Amino acid sequence: MSRFVERHPAWALIVIIAIAVALWLIFAVWPPGLEEAVGRKRVFLNAVFNGITLGGLYFLVASGFTLIFGLMRNVNLAHGSLYLFGGYVGYAISTATGSWVLSFIVAFILTALVGVLLQVIVFRRMEGQDLRQTMVTIGLSIVFADLMLWACGGDFYQVQTPNWLIGPVELPLITAIKSSGEPVYLRYPMVRLVIFAASVIIGVAMWLALNRTRIGMIIRAGVDDRDILAATGVRIQLVFVLVFAFGAGLAGIAGVVGGTFQSLSPGEDIRFLLASLVVVIVGGMGSIPGAALGALIIGLAEQLGSVYIPTYAIVVTFLIMVLVLAIRPQGLLARR
Amino acid sequence: MSKCSVGLLALSSLFLSGAAIAQEKIKVGVTATLEGTYTVLGEDGMRGHQTALNVLGKKIGDKELEFIVASTDATPDSAVRAVRKLIEQDKVQILLSPLSGDEGIAVKNFAKTHPELTFINAASGAQETTYVDPAPNFFRYNMDGAQWQVGLGKYAYDEKKYRKIATVGEDYSFIYTQVFGLVLEFCGAGGQVTNRQWVPLGTKDFASVIAALPDDVDAIYLGLGGADAVNFLNQYQQAGGKAHLMGGSIMIDQTILSSKGNAKNALIGTIAASGQADTWEDPGWQKFVKAYQDAFPPNKRFPSPSLLATNYYDSTMALILALREVNGDLSDNQSKFKAALAKIEIDAPNGKIKLDSNRQAIGTNFVTEVVDDGKGALFSKVVKVIPNVNQTLGYDPAVFSKIGLPSRTVPECKKY
Repeated sequence: MSRFVERHPAWALIVIIAIAVALWLIFAVWPPGLEEAVGRKRVFLNAVFNGITLGGLYFLVASGFTLIFGLMRNVNLAHGSLYLFGGYVGYAISTATGSWVLSFIVAFILTALVGVLLQVIVFRRMEGQDLRQTMVTIGLSIVFADLMLWACGGDFYQVQTPNWLIGPVELPLITAIKSSGEPVYLRYPMVRLVIFAASVIIGVAMWLALNRTRIGMIIRAGVDDRDILAATGVRIQLVFVLVFAFGAGLAGIAGVVGGTFQSLSPGEDIRFLLASLVVVIVGGMGSIPGAALGALIIGLAEQLGSVYIPTYAIVVTFLIMVLVLAIRPQGLLARR
Repeated sequence: MSKCSVGLLALSSLFLSGAAIAQEKIKVGVTATLEGTYTVLGEDGMRGHQTALNVLGKKIGDKELEFIVASTDATPDSAVRAVRKLIEQDKVQILLSPLSGDEGIAVKNFAKTHPELTFINAASGAQETTYVDPAPNFFRYNMDGAQWQVGLGKYAYDEKKYRKIATVGEDYSFIYTQVFGLVLEFCGAGGQVTNRQWVPLGTKDFASVIAALPDDVDAIYLGLGGADAVNFLNQYQQAGGKAHLMGGSIMIDQTILSSKGNAKNALIGTIAASGQADTWEDPGWQKFVKAYQDAFPPNKRFPSPSLLATNYYDSTMALILALREVNGDLSDNQSKFKAALAKIEIDAPNGKIKLDSNRQAIGTNFVTEVVDDGKGALFSKVVKVIPNVNQTLGYDPAVFSKIGLPSRTVPECKKY
């Protein structure tokens, strides 16, 4: 952090000012002039919160994707299918048992198993052949999409939100002051807050696991140099299977999350594959903090875009990607 | 080995049977949105089509109809691609296409490049399709989006006493047409439409859109369909939304009313207008509902046909009846068939339908209100039936043409 400030004082200043402005926009009561110029604060705050929570969902999908890529150099284009599969499993479990939490556990386990099968049956056979792997995963994603269409139909499914999560909560953020002087607080859907908190916990846990544990150390070493790691006697194939299973499981969890606050239908697999590709390109392929930053940026851009420039909202995401590719092609937080 | 020989046997018997009933076939291409946001709508459309075949049969004199289905995703290019494939590869002679608004405009324009073929609109409802520069070989037996809103504005103003409303709609031609019809009537009655929000087709995350809904209105009109509508309702419930709602024709429809989960309960009491009403007591309608229910097992259909099923039923019915009238004669660039289509009047389940000089339907419209049947299923209940709704909505054509074409901002909220 301090090294960044020393090296790029101008950039650091801009970042600090931007953060300060953002904090002021969120916490201060807006003067009437500003409300007239850009609309009500409630709308802005909601868009920001939605962007952050959507970013949480994108992070869940993209972190698995980027983890697998970072370690194995596999571009797994069937990642979106794992997302959708997890969602359908979650739906089936939650309707059968009525338990929302159980649906996460089962979805994680089942998609992780699919991930293990993919790694053992497909990827191990063509290690190091990037193009072949990419083509095979594209093919697999099409096959999976058709299989799921066959099994679940074209209907859209929604994972039932548990009763204790339905409805809004009041947050201690003032959106406006009534004429009587009474402050109006922001009301925000509970379920989105919970999901966001969960993705932060998963993100932090992943960071800790990667940086503070032995297995994390092995994975990081594998990211840096696979061959040397294998030469030191680590059973690298086992590590690969574990990482693949974990990454796939995360996509499965994300599917249940997506099914809860959006919906599941054919086509969602491609949408989330695309979203996670954009996220990791912006954040940096193979970097977990990069995936977090990328997910946050893309989520915020989508939501703020849909409120303030609805016509061009879709373009904004890709504009960001183009900008990043032009200025910093390796991604914002990539190490190499 | 045994598998292979069974396959060969099956194949050869197929050839044999083909030779045995060597009769002339009339090839018809059908498109439906079987992928993307409107998948459910396309699937139910195909159920309506199948119901029509069950009721009317596939025989035209000594010829038989053969249907080839292609899938689209509600985008105009997917529709043109599907139609072109049907014509060029499958050599179809008649098209039953398409389902969605933007697709309709594109297919109508494409129809002009094949004046020898006949295009029967399946369900699309953008006004422009038949109102601006219509194709002589394009026939539409369903009303457009604006016709489907007739009655709603007045009912909201007079009976529900709504004075100010805001709209949220998908950003494409059919919903423009629906809002067009609503705004004309509601503002004509003296109401105000304060805000029109447009979201891209296929939006998943509506949270910000919901947050931006104004508080100071009497009701919010929803012009959404398929997955978009379900997502909206789900997130609306999570955000604790409580406003009065009004619905467009594919919003208050079995495709949404019978979706899974309880978010749809926000729609109970919502007023809407459409080319059909689920609980209409007309015997023709009841017969159609029965035929639809009998054709599919309960878990493979909706409790009652959706607007799309009805539209596909009607257009398939027009196709078969007109073909029978000319005894399957498609000679001379299908001119006899086209003439029969233009003047046929069908006794459709949702009221009598005839065509105007632009080959656009004049039909019956329904104002409805959503009710719970007591067992958790939602239906649209008839409030008002309005017969003989034409494309200019009863306006003088000269006045109507001054209003402009439906778009994000047209029509203005005033009395024309």
